[in-house]
Amino acid sequence: MPDSIKIDFSHKQSAHCENGVVSNLMRHNGFEVSEPMVFGIGSGLLFSYLPFIKVNFAPVFTYRVMPGLIFNRFAKRVGMKIKREKFSNPQTAKERLDSNLKNNNPVGLQVGVYQLPYFPEEYRFHFNAHNMVVYGKENDNYLISDPVMEGVTTLTEKELEKVRFAKGAFAPKGHMYYPIEFPKKLELETAIIKGIKQTCRDMTAPVPLVGVKAIKLVSKKIRKWPKKIGPKKANHYLGQIVRMQEEIGTGGGGFRYIYGAFLQEASKVLNNPALFDLSKEMTQIGDQWRDFAVDASRIYKNRSGQADGYNKIADQLEAIANKEEAFFKKLKKAL
Amino acid sequence: MKKDEVPQDESNLASANIKDMVYAVDENGEYTTELSTGWAPKTIALDNAIQIIEERIADAKKRVLENKTSPIEYYMEVHKMDLQILASYVGFWKWRVKRHFKPSVFKKLNNKKLQKYADLFEITIDQLKNIDA
Repeated sequence: MPDSIKIDFSHKQSAHCENGVVSNLMRHNGFEVSEPMVFGIGSGLLFSYLPFIKVNFAPVFTYRVMPGLIFNRFAKRVGMKIKREKFSNPQTAKERLDSNLKNNNPVGLQVGVYQLPYFPEEYRFHFNAHNMVVYGKENDNYLISDPVMEGVTTLTEKELEKVRFAKGAFAPKGHMYYPIEFPKKLELETAIIKGIKQTCRDMTAPVPLVGVKAIKLVSKKIRKWPKKIGPKKANHYLGQIVRMQEEIGTGGGGFRYIYGAFLQEASKVLNNPALFDLSKEMTQIGDQWRDFAVDASRIYKNRSGQADGYNKIADQLEAIANKEEAFFKKLKKAL
Repeated sequence: MKKDEVPQDESNLASANIKDMVYAVDENGEYTTELSTGWAPKTIALDNAIQIIEERIADAKKRVLENKTSPIEYYMEVHKMDLQILASYVGFWKWRVKRHFKPSVFKKLNNKKLQKYADLFEITIDQLKNIDA
């Protein structure tokens, strides 16, 4: 391999890493698709409560689908093929990456954040579903386009190996992926409809841990927390909800604003004004999630364990759940 | 959220020159993006989470000094790991790692095993054996 390879790749920041990698890889291959479009077609929006998985000593509350799912669904719906490779041997993983770069092919990588040197120390947790693009190599340095960063960056061979082979939940195992087959023309219309339908279905699913039912369940749990697990743990759990809702990559309001942006764009593509109005409604729902975060933070800021505070935010969550339930029923009919 | 309402609070993102991208609506009702330096509700949540980790580290340290656990548990906390993550990094079963938390077992560990932990925590075996070193 020559000392230096730099693929002509345009980096564009996005809110969320997975959408961003997909959107940037698509643009590199001549298809302009926005981040919200990727997110909406890939049915990225969700709410799910996973009490049996603990991250940072608190249960998982997620506002989006499982890692990898957005790209898979997006690809399927627009008629594109992705090649995915995982490795048990870091050396093979490196060789496969290098040979792709040599072939002028920028690739997506799944990595762990804990050992990512350019992240602030406080953000480095054992979270293994981060995504980035590698678009070249200069001497010992890989050229990295990390979608949540404003500009491009680099990682040494050793650093990249560490993050590619991070361990723990969702261990990336060197996971590398890139599109290999494209449609002649991108048909967004049918893909958008399929994407929306699935989100409506998931959000109104009759199962307790997914969609609006899960929001209602969490609301019920919050009322019981101060008594059942004590104020300290209750506040830690509340903090976890807010962090998962607002941490880097959600675009604010637990992905609800990105979804609002998607509906707005979709209304233009499909020439459907009802979706434009629904986009406005989604924005309001996002605002309600933000209000919830503000009120929840008041509780854990003051470390108060008073039950009325918890009841108040539980009421807020219940109201959001009801709003989202009505919203996704309307959205389904608007298609 | 309106574009001009995107919070620009102080946060630890600034130390790494990172800004958060959020979606917001401009004056014409069109969605656009805006960079945010941070937002207090999540900064407080993050600070609290870090404080919990610090408490866990201090507690582990105390128990190491009282000979109630081995330094492996202390370093596990320092690296924000739990048993599951630690076990998968060193390639031992969870119950074996837990056994290595026992001071009596830890004292008898051979250098090969100690080196595995030391490599993971990026320290020397001496530092692993003596947390104040």
